[in-house]
Amino acid sequence: MALNSLGRQIPESFAGKKLVPYSDPWSLQPHAERSTRAIRRLSHNGSKLVGGLREAIIASGLKDGMTISTHHSLRNGDQLLNDLVKEIDALGIRDIKIASTSIHIVHAELIPYIRKGVITGFECGVNGPIGELVSKGELDCPIVVRSHGGRARSLITGEIPVDVAFLAAPYCDEYGNFNGYYGPSACGSLGYAQVDAQHAHKVVAVTDNLVPFPAVPVGIPQSVVDFVAQVPKLGDPKKIVSTTTRITTDPIGLQIAKYAALVMESSGYVKDGFSFQTGTGGISLAVAENVRAIMRKGKVKGSFGCGGITGNFVDMLEEGLFEALFDVQCFDLRAVESIGRNQKHVEMTAGTYANPFNCGSVVNRLDCAILSATEVDVNFNVNVNTESMGYLLHNTGGHCDVAAGAKVSIVVAPSIRGRLPIVRDAVTTITTPGETVGVIVTERGIAVNDNLPELKAELIRRHAPVKDIHQLRDEIYAVTGVPKPIEFEDKVVALIEYRDGSIIDVVRQVRA
Amino acid sequence: MKICKKGQAGTVQSSDLMVTVEPADALIIEIESTVKKQFEHLIRAKLEQVLAKHGTVSGRISISDRGALDYAIEARLETALQRAGGM
Repeated sequence: MALNSLGRQIPESFAGKKLVPYSDPWSLQPHAERSTRAIRRLSHNGSKLVGGLREAIIASGLKDGMTISTHHSLRNGDQLLNDLVKEIDALGIRDIKIASTSIHIVHAELIPYIRKGVITGFECGVNGPIGELVSKGELDCPIVVRSHGGRARSLITGEIPVDVAFLAAPYCDEYGNFNGYYGPSACGSLGYAQVDAQHAHKVVAVTDNLVPFPAVPVGIPQSVVDFVAQVPKLGDPKKIVSTTTRITTDPIGLQIAKYAALVMESSGYVKDGFSFQTGTGGISLAVAENVRAIMRKGKVKGSFGCGGITGNFVDMLEEGLFEALFDVQCFDLRAVESIGRNQKHVEMTAGTYANPFNCGSVVNRLDCAILSATEVDVNFNVNVNTESMGYLLHNTGGHCDVAAGAKVSIVVAPSIRGRLPIVRDAVTTITTPGETVGVIVTERGIAVNDNLPELKAELIRRHAPVKDIHQLRDEIYAVTGVPKPIEFEDKVVALIEYRDGSIIDVVRQVRA
Repeated sequence: MKICKKGQAGTVQSSDLMVTVEPADALIIEIESTVKKQFEHLIRAKLEQVLAKHGTVSGRISISDRGALDYAIEARLETALQRAGGM
């Protein structure tokens, strides 16, 4: 065990791998060449169609102990990973690691295959029941939670060698060109899959919509695709949208959104060349709506909007408020529809978006970003991974990447959620280090990190309800009472990897 | 104050709780809560305080809590006790 710089106990190794404890967001330097894979030469010019999933698995040479990946652009509507694992099981293949770009609640179907030994580890974060069961000690399957940028990094450096990537290809030809823009399972941007297409040792395009050659525009090209497989259905794009992607009407949410917009206005960045990222939560969308009004009023011509893209961002692009949208994943069907139509709505790879180990990712160019939080501590550290019972329920997404990149990262959250104080002495799990978090906005007040003194002074000058974060915590505790820390066993069930690959925290089994 | 029959108050919405009180020989408190791991001690203390205030020394008190604050716990429990004929 070693203490990392945030005081978290990090074991020396996990699932056979040596760990580097987190020290700070900036200084860890890569010492690696870009990962390599064998160069292939395809000697025929005919179809790469091999049949269905089973034939594709056989053709790919997948064996016991290997690592596979899929992308999560269909989010909770994805059917491919579940179908794939069923076929892997039917072929008698065991001890498979999953290094997908994310796992959603729909993938609870994998649980029996974990118990059976078909799947023996996740080299990616998970949303939902798998993490909960692992946290309770009812499922034995090591999990390494990675941010979007960190996950891209781990493939590019070769730290996680993906043996076979099975990539859902909503619009695909028989020679392997594909995009995500059209077809019954259109999901829009394939930003996450791009990394796998470039780095997995074998690449299978899996489609439910085979079109005559060539499938254009080409998102992922024939030159990196080994095989094409056909399935009846990749998933349900209607489930891309989570239930929360609507502007909030809750008065607390609207108050928070108002304060967050005030923070951005006070930052001085909302002027020509402004760049912005926001999430899909009801509050985030309300903030975006406020920013839109400020930009209109000031006749501001922004630079770019970034991240998971929603219809609201598309409206801002089409209204001329931004020059471009950089889209790593489409968060709703209006975004899907736009990316196939708008030239300035650009597909961005996860590496270009957020990988810390390159010559500069897009998050570095962000002025302001809106982020969510399950818990925040008095040192501005944020938890988005574990919930009130201590269970691992959420993936990191781009949280720590965006926080590190943006000049002002703004966490918006109600001060209390069902008795749980959001600002507290210590967070259960550290997802994002406080050093990279600029402002915490709640309906009870705004806490500004000491590393943004000018913003703090400007907010005070504008009579914003700026409070010391300890004061904010005390006011909240006065309503909720002081929570008892959750009790954990010693057993580490998951790692929370920081974007640079160091270990910022671990998740331990919850004491029953 | 005595619990003469079953009484119930509350909802199972977020930030609320459902309280059910029934006659029993001893005082039994059963807590189910979405925030149990962090707040069971405070929920129990609040329930005991309200029961003591009304002199209730026996009965089965079950709550299904969705993160209610203390004032809601107090109001729901008092209403359930009234409905149980004890007040």
